Amino acid sequence: MRLAITFALGLIFGCGLYLAGMTDPGKVLGFLDLAGLWDPSLAFVMGGAILIALPAFRLAAKRRQSYLGCAISGPSSRKIDPALLAGAGVFGVGWGLAGVCPGPAVFNLGFLDPKAIVFFAAMVAGFGVERILLFLSPPARPAAIVQDG
Amino acid sequence: MQIDWAHFSPASGVAGGAMIGLSAGLTILLIGRVAGISGVLGGLVQPRRGDWDWRVAFLLGLVAAPLIIGLAKAPTPPDFDAGYGTIAAAGLLVGFGSRLGAGCTSGHGVCGLSRLSLRSLAATIMFMASAMATVFLIRHVFN
Repeated sequence: MRLAITFALGLIFGCGLYLAGMTDPGKVLGFLDLAGLWDPSLAFVMGGAILIALPAFRLAAKRRQSYLGCAISGPSSRKIDPALLAGAGVFGVGWGLAGVCPGPAVFNLGFLDPKAIVFFAAMVAGFGVERILLFLSPPARPAAIVQDG
Repeated sequence: MQIDWAHFSPASGVAGGAMIGLSAGLTILLIGRVAGISGVLGGLVQPRRGDWDWRVAFLLGLVAAPLIIGLAKAPTPPDFDAGYGTIAAAGLLVGFGSRLGAGCTSGHGVCGLSRLSLRSLAATIMFMASAMATVFLIRHVFN
């Protein structure tokens, strides 16, 4: 039951991404291109998402357990550290190069599009590279503690 | 600054965003987890006991979404401008950066900002600025 609900939540997430235009690389790049013909639509996507999610997260912050009895887990770090900023900077370069972020990368797999598959495979390889570097230099960031989402 | 009125779509943007927010909100309230996709997927690289099944279920829902949309109307497949080399490099950077930075557009940009987290605000400003600078360099400097 819990897994069926989780599946449905992934489905809603994907339909939202599609309706919002987030799965269309051209639309995303049109938003990121401030100096060209700028399409501000994606700012409305973020606004709409936060409008709905904010009250839910406020409610969740007051609870110990979810409504289905799961432990509520959240990020444990509040620090704005070099790893956060460097990671976000690198992520932004990749996002700007192709116009695809992780959610749409998973969604677009459903089309069996060759470029979508290459992007997804490279992204998973990127996860692996990060794990390996973390393993080689453990003091840089405590493993498995910092995870915002 | 010139606005691209031909492609501007605030209504479907807000509606799609609301669905993303609904999914993220219900995920924390029902499953107790943050619906940040780099985190959901990245957690499967080194899976921990009792912490992988919900990830797989959520991601399967996400992959199945184009098929479900297709029941109503054939969805538009992604149209990539970039070539294979750029796509591969971009994927690598997105994967590495989103893990090092502990989140992506959904984890920091939607869930983190909804929690009013300063850390997520810093990350969101950083990746937005970096992505916009990248597009500026590609389209207007190197062309």
